[in-house]
Amino acid sequence: MKTKFASMLSLCLASLIASSAFAEQVNVYSSRKEALIKPLLDRFSEQTGIQVNLITGKDDALISRLRKEGKKSPADVLVTADVGRLYRAKAQQLLQPHGSDIVTQSVPAKYRDEDGQWLGLTMRARPIFYVKGKVDPAQLSSYENLADPKWQGQICIRSSSNIYNQSLIASMLEAEGDQATMAFAKGLVANMARSPVGGDTDQLRAATAGVCNIAIANTYYFGRLANSDKPADQQVVNALAVFWPNQDDRGTHVNISGIGITQSARNKTEAVKLIEFMLTAESQAWYSQVNNEYPVVNDAAPSATLQSWGQFKADAVNLSKLGERNQQAVRLMDKAGWK
Amino acid sequence: MRRFSALSLGSFGIAAILAMPTLFIIYLALSSSSEVWGHLYQTVLGDYLGNSIGLMVGVTIGTLLLGVPSAWLCACCDFPFRKTISWLIILPMAMPAYIVAYVYSGLLNDSGPIQRWIRQQFELSYGDYWFVDIHSLGGAVCVLSLVLYPYVYLLARSAFLQQRHQLNAVARTLGSPFSRNIFKVALPLARPAIAAGVLLALMETMSDYGTVQYFGIATFTTGIFRTYYGFGDESATAQLAMVLLVVVLVLYGLEKQSRKGMAFHALEDSKQQSTPLLISGWRQPLAQICCLVPPLLGFFIPVLTLILWGVESDEWQQASFVELAINSTVLASLAAILTVCIALILCYAVRLQPSWWVKLTVQIASIGYALPGTIVAIGVISLLTAVDHSLVEGLSQLLGVDSGLWVSGTLVALLFAFAVRFMTVAVGSISSGMATIKPHIDDSARLLGRTPWQVIRQIHIPLLRPSVLTAALIVFVDVIKELPATLILRPFNFNTLSVRAYEMASDERLYDAGPSAIVMVLAGIIPVLVLNRSIGGGRS
Repeated sequence: MKTKFASMLSLCLASLIASSAFAEQVNVYSSRKEALIKPLLDRFSEQTGIQVNLITGKDDALISRLRKEGKKSPADVLVTADVGRLYRAKAQQLLQPHGSDIVTQSVPAKYRDEDGQWLGLTMRARPIFYVKGKVDPAQLSSYENLADPKWQGQICIRSSSNIYNQSLIASMLEAEGDQATMAFAKGLVANMARSPVGGDTDQLRAATAGVCNIAIANTYYFGRLANSDKPADQQVVNALAVFWPNQDDRGTHVNISGIGITQSARNKTEAVKLIEFMLTAESQAWYSQVNNEYPVVNDAAPSATLQSWGQFKADAVNLSKLGERNQQAVRLMDKAGWK
Repeated sequence: MRRFSALSLGSFGIAAILAMPTLFIIYLALSSSSEVWGHLYQTVLGDYLGNSIGLMVGVTIGTLLLGVPSAWLCACCDFPFRKTISWLIILPMAMPAYIVAYVYSGLLNDSGPIQRWIRQQFELSYGDYWFVDIHSLGGAVCVLSLVLYPYVYLLARSAFLQQRHQLNAVARTLGSPFSRNIFKVALPLARPAIAAGVLLALMETMSDYGTVQYFGIATFTTGIFRTYYGFGDESATAQLAMVLLVVVLVLYGLEKQSRKGMAFHALEDSKQQSTPLLISGWRQPLAQICCLVPPLLGFFIPVLTLILWGVESDEWQQASFVELAINSTVLASLAAILTVCIALILCYAVRLQPSWWVKLTVQIASIGYALPGTIVAIGVISLLTAVDHSLVEGLSQLLGVDSGLWVSGTLVALLFAFAVRFMTVAVGSISSGMATIKPHIDDSARLLGRTPWQVIRQIHIPLLRPSVLTAALIVFVDVIKELPATLILRPFNFNTLSVRAYEMASDERLYDAGPSAIVMVLAGIIPVLVLNRSIGGGRS
């Protein structure tokens, strides 16, 4: 028993030391969950022989760890699940330009930083979902429209602590200004069917259960239900339909998951290789299939599930703006009484 | 006597190191006045305060009701299946609060199976009927009480067990009736332990993030996360954490104050034991129900649900559960050993050299439990990276070697964080065990020519064994369940069961969180059972 324990311990230590002994490696800090990045990283290692070391965690915790570790941080790249955090990492001077032409050519400008410090890997939209038969889609138009008293007691949306809601409000602040956004937030709070509870999937389920008729959620949650074979999930998918808001003006709010090379990177060449690998048609298709996210690369096609919801016009705002206005958005939601 | 002053100096050093992350947070809080604070004060601070207080009051009542009667019944009475029941009661300890919250939310929410069944069965639609709202303060109180009462139960039971049965016998011989006996003798004697248990439960309550966040209740902890994530403001975050610290200090103070003037030491002749009170007739099933309801709600229903979820998930093929389980177990074992050893040193220092500065440092060193894991992790990482940077700089100046970071980003950092965070648990258990060993015993033994080490070996170790084991058990299981610090501080390619379960649940894949949660519960149960046997081993 003792020797077993000792060998286990030495194994742990060895793996720690080993991570610095390999010639070709890249160290990843990721707020994407292990299940949604590890398979792709494994494939990258297989193809290139570059070893990938991974730590997953919450975005801000990883950013704070990066900042504390400073110039000596072992991390080479930071992967996050929203643009706000990439903006924050850049603002704290934790990132450096990738300098890759492939990135510049294949990723649209609105999905990458103008200084080349971060770029989107996948895109997700935050449309409106409504209960078929209970809501006339002709009555729906924009996010702003949801503040109309006619929707009183009919809307499900999660807490304002959630970054996707913060980004949505930030995009509105950018487009409509402070007063209009405040009016929207107050109207929305007044129309909520219940105090915000649970995640995006919970809002979709609640709409199906009759709690509300309208829910706001990210596309990949709905996509996951669509691809599930559980009867309860299929029930949700059959009851709801996607509505793309703001098609007549700025477009539906979108966000990205993205990546940036850290200031401290010691394996920059490998890091760039990893980024370019994530942008290949194969990787983009993988994300689209496995997690129902839209490709950011111009010529890659979304999965069949995503295509079944139709084309939509995405908000053209440069995503950096969402990061810039995040704090303002949080305060506004606090003031509006959005729990 | 010189050995003892070396001990107190050494323990002062250890306590100082343990206190540094907390001190760093205090420094952060004081270093700059943030205008975010003004915004919080105007908007959400009232909610934080009200909900946090409500939560603490509720959990105090809940854990007392669930933990104390069952502890007394199992320690002092005898009824059929008492032995089995007495370990079933502690099983909820292996359940992380956030997992229980996910389960009950999944079962009871408006689109869950129970409400669906009601709607189908009675052809109702949502809003036509009343149903308990699990996403409420009351719901959070229930969930937290259900997983935290074992702290009260364990500490109370080991106190009831250590109590002189003969003392009860004396009370009975003197004509004090059965019921008064509990309130006049058993409860007052066990009070330090019960209070320590409630204090642990309350600290865990205040640092809980997963449950309240999932139920949408704004408390200080969710506020801390929000300030950190939403505003990215470290000093306002630290200031909110300070409020938690002050609350804990007040609790400590109240508990100490209420104990003032009382001494809780066991009588001599510890070997002698009386037979437990035999319960008969209708009281038997009542005692059994009283002891079985807590584990039923806190363990069996959640585990059954997780199994049902797990069966429907393909997560079993996705993750390597052997590796995850080994990582979790090794981490928890190391943390338990380290923490208990340090706690023993600290407790002896206080016992042998009870000067105010030793007491104070031990107090500060063991305050980390009330801080959310994230805050502890921020403190630890700030401290260790600062140490690392000066180390690296020194090396490159002296030897011209350019090295990476040494300590931060390794298991050492993680273990340090656990020691900071869980020291309270170990110190609480061990010092309440120590309090029942009368100082005169030490004096007599020393007079009889025993060396201090002999006193420890021959008297303290046998008497302290239950509380030391309790301490190790609680730390082990707490580390298995621990999430925020593990998430932030762990090294590359090192995943644990709690991290995997959290990632699935936070990705809104509750069914896929089932498998890791089940394995986590299993990894927690086995040591719980083993240690439970050795704690209760004195009497069969």
